Amino acid sequence: MEEIYAKFVSQKISKTRWRPLPPGSLQTAETFATGSWDNEENYVSLWSIGDFGNLDSDGGFEGDHQLLCDIRHHGDVMDLQFFDQERIVTASSTGCVTVFLHHPNNQTLSVNQQWTTAHYHAGPGSPSYSSAPCTGVVCNNPEIVTVGEDGRINLFRADHKEAVRTIDNADSSTLHSVTFLRTPEILTVNSIGQLKIWDFRQQGNEPSQILSLTGDRVPLHCVDRHPNQQHVVATGGQDGMLSIWDVRQGTMPVSLLKAHEAEMWEVHFHPSNPDHLFTCSEDGSLWHWDASTDVPEKSSLFHQGGRSSTFLSHSISNQANVHQSVISSWLSTDPAKDRIEITSLLPSRSLSVNSLDVLGPCLVCGTDAEAIYVTRHLFS
Amino acid sequence: MEELDGEPAVTVIPGVNSKKNQMCFDWGPGEMLVCETSFSKKEKSEMVPSCPFIYIIRKDVDVYSQILRKLFNESHGIFLGLQRIDEELTGKSRKSQLVRVSKNYRSVIRACMEEMHQVAIAAKDPASGRQFSSQVSILSAMELIWNLCEILFIEVAPAGHLLLHLLDWVRLHVCEVDSLSADVLGSENPSNHGSFWNLVTILVLQGRLDEARQMLSKEADASPASAGICRIMGDLMRTMPILSPGNTQTLTELELKWQHWHEECERYLQDSTFATNPHLESLLKIMLGDEAALLEQKELLSNWYHFLVTRLLYSNPTVKPIDLHYYAQSSLDLFLGGESSPEPLDNILLAAFEFDIHQVIKECSIALSNWWFVAHLTDLLDHCKLLQSHNLYFGSNMREFLLLEYASGLFAHPSLWQLGVDYFDYCPKLGRVSLELHIERIPLNTEQKALKVLRICEQRQMTEQVRSICKILAMKAVRNNRLGSALSWSIRAKDAAFATLVSDRFLRDYCERGCFSDLDLIDNLGPAMMLSDRLTFLGKYREFHHMYGEKRFADAASLLLSLMTSRIAPRSFWMTLLTDALPLLEQKQVIFSAEQTYELMQCLEDLTSRRPVRGESDIQQLQDEDIETTKVEMLRLALARNLARAIIREGSLEGS
Repeated sequence: MEEIYAKFVSQKISKTRWRPLPPGSLQTAETFATGSWDNEENYVSLWSIGDFGNLDSDGGFEGDHQLLCDIRHHGDVMDLQFFDQERIVTASSTGCVTVFLHHPNNQTLSVNQQWTTAHYHAGPGSPSYSSAPCTGVVCNNPEIVTVGEDGRINLFRADHKEAVRTIDNADSSTLHSVTFLRTPEILTVNSIGQLKIWDFRQQGNEPSQILSLTGDRVPLHCVDRHPNQQHVVATGGQDGMLSIWDVRQGTMPVSLLKAHEAEMWEVHFHPSNPDHLFTCSEDGSLWHWDASTDVPEKSSLFHQGGRSSTFLSHSISNQANVHQSVISSWLSTDPAKDRIEITSLLPSRSLSVNSLDVLGPCLVCGTDAEAIYVTRHLFS
Repeated sequence: MEELDGEPAVTVIPGVNSKKNQMCFDWGPGEMLVCETSFSKKEKSEMVPSCPFIYIIRKDVDVYSQILRKLFNESHGIFLGLQRIDEELTGKSRKSQLVRVSKNYRSVIRACMEEMHQVAIAAKDPASGRQFSSQVSILSAMELIWNLCEILFIEVAPAGHLLLHLLDWVRLHVCEVDSLSADVLGSENPSNHGSFWNLVTILVLQGRLDEARQMLSKEADASPASAGICRIMGDLMRTMPILSPGNTQTLTELELKWQHWHEECERYLQDSTFATNPHLESLLKIMLGDEAALLEQKELLSNWYHFLVTRLLYSNPTVKPIDLHYYAQSSLDLFLGGESSPEPLDNILLAAFEFDIHQVIKECSIALSNWWFVAHLTDLLDHCKLLQSHNLYFGSNMREFLLLEYASGLFAHPSLWQLGVDYFDYCPKLGRVSLELHIERIPLNTEQKALKVLRICEQRQMTEQVRSICKILAMKAVRNNRLGSALSWSIRAKDAAFATLVSDRFLRDYCERGCFSDLDLIDNLGPAMMLSDRLTFLGKYREFHHMYGEKRFADAASLLLSLMTSRIAPRSFWMTLLTDALPLLEQKQVIFSAEQTYELMQCLEDLTSRRPVRGESDIQQLQDEDIETTKVEMLRLALARNLARAIIREGSLEGS
């Protein structure tokens, strides 16, 4: 993990996302998008880590990422997702959801589509609307789902001007993040520690299932679904705790792993290597969790730069699953047998790491210290 | 108060006519509001139309530069690293750590300077190009000063080594020679190049004698006539004794050798060996430290501190640190020669050569347009334990004062406030108070930002600020009709009064609509329910609904009763509770025991007897009272019937 490149970009980065690779492509990732927050002017930017070789005029060295193009974004970029190769969907603190289109020929970004009042507060008794920040967006071509501080869930289609479906008052508290479970089901996390599953086939504004942390009602900030085993879900909370859930059974997490010292802002399973998981936090750290079983010297608890985690497991599932051919390493809760190796990826911690994304061997993350870190050799 | 160090600079605000009208202003943290009043200066009665704008005047303008933001962010990390350097470290390891930190700071300044330079070149309109260029020269001056301070105050190089450091310093900052060298060597016939002798002279002035010798050998190759004297000059250059870093020879040995060499040079001058070649002769004079010969090269030296270092190199290479100030002052005087007066940069460097740290910092504070430089430099020098004794008349020491100024500037910026927090943390006296004052004034437009601010406050046990931020968010949520959110925030702030207020809103909504909103929250209150009585009631009342829904009538009934008898339920809500009891009273089986029924009756009587008697009442009120009376009568009837049934049942059970 020596080759991690930092670049200071003069704006606080709230989101970083790799552009998806075309299906069947053998390339590695080379373009990513970032969104900024809390600046007087916020931007959505596209960056390339491709080799510029000698063409690089200002002395940048190989691996340094270069700005391709950017465009102004009204309000903080609260969330950002690639809709497809060319289109980027952003969630704004103004409650607006925007689709940007990238023109690779002349390297520009333009607004392709916009839902300006996707999220809003209806004032008490008055018809006046005040905008509410949109906190999360998730895409599954052609559908876009957004959630916000107004507790509302919107379902958009890229070619429709109006929302296809809106669930008002879906949540009494703030919804922090959303992900697809399996179409047409989505999963949301909120600020009172609940995980809700919604089925768009059902009418009404009730979730089909509620799972929750017991007792403390610790807010959940992020959620990601295991890429292959759709019932395995990871969430990160305000106390920095990583929770692994099995949505098929129980209403409580399968395991709670003590992780960061402050809010966990994002959690991501590695898309093609899901025994690896990545988390980042307000405390300025970025962690790589390795639960693969074929790691040599599994018995060594500490390796360089790493630390081993404390398990606070709620043994619910395990025994029943043993006979299945594929057992997710994340659901096994025997702390003695399966240690998870954790490596810290950033050299020194200072301000919050707000976002990260992984694709193949590449990782990108953005911080409040206005730096973007990129590595292209995750598993070296 | 100390006296002023010169006239404060006048800032002209475009559009404001201060000659005609009186102005008014108000201080803010790091900035000032200024506007014209409608009072004219001369005659008080006359109203003059005035400028309709309010101006914001910022002191620390550099904070708003896009490129300098990188400097602030990157140096923030270095600053934190410096604060964490172990206090226990002493001697060499501590010194090398501090030098490393200082070099890191400088490399950040240089990186910024290079980027600014690129931007200045690429700038399309000349005005902004000039602006960037002036920024480049400011950054370059900052690096120059910092580097000198590093050599004098942090490295504290001893005699001999001191000059080597100073030479490196000059070479780093007078770097036109490299492009010139490339230009000359790139030409077909270097020794015929117009700038050939200029280049050789510069190399000698900078003490780069090896390179100068190589150039001379080219001249020797080209013109055989002067080959002989070129070789002699080359030998002189080669034999000049210098202190190499790895060498173990003592200072006295070096001085002795140097003296011999110097005498040898002197002999060649007296013999007029180089008389045929004026270039070589002037080189020899330079190598003899001849001031007049050096001053002839003013153009090539470009500034007095280069002159100083060259002069020391060829006249007193083992200069002691304490003697520096004498040479510095005289070099400055000689170089300027009374033609021009010293500029701020000259004064700063001179103060550094005099080892007057406070003067350096003071001059820098006046001359530079940002607090970044002085704050970081002072902090670093403080870690070198050079500033201990200096206390200012306003209560904190100089390091803290400058850090506070810098951090306040960061807080005035809409997005750099997060950096400021860490600087306040390392100000032991006033840092915390300043942070408390600043942090409450950060606009919170999203919950995510609020969470970040809250985290900062919670990590520092700033309970008062946590409460106030949560309250702001809770108020916002109430205004947006997001009661669930409001309740969450007041629970987080442990704000009982506000939780009561929100609970009341929930109960009122329930009375109006007959159903609860935000059940997902209320049903999962857990221990947070204990925060306020009203919240407890809200939670318990929901529990009653649950029990009722699950047809656990007996439990539901006793819970309902206990809510009233324990006085948790607000009296205004009793009628609703009693009405809720009605269906339980009407059930087929007896649910309330006789004793419980008596208690219910007691509650009802309590409620009706204390009802205030109103004098005048309109029709609406009369109607309301009518409904109320009917309700009470229905309740009385139901209670009486239940009591009868209960007595019979209890009596018959006992009898059997």
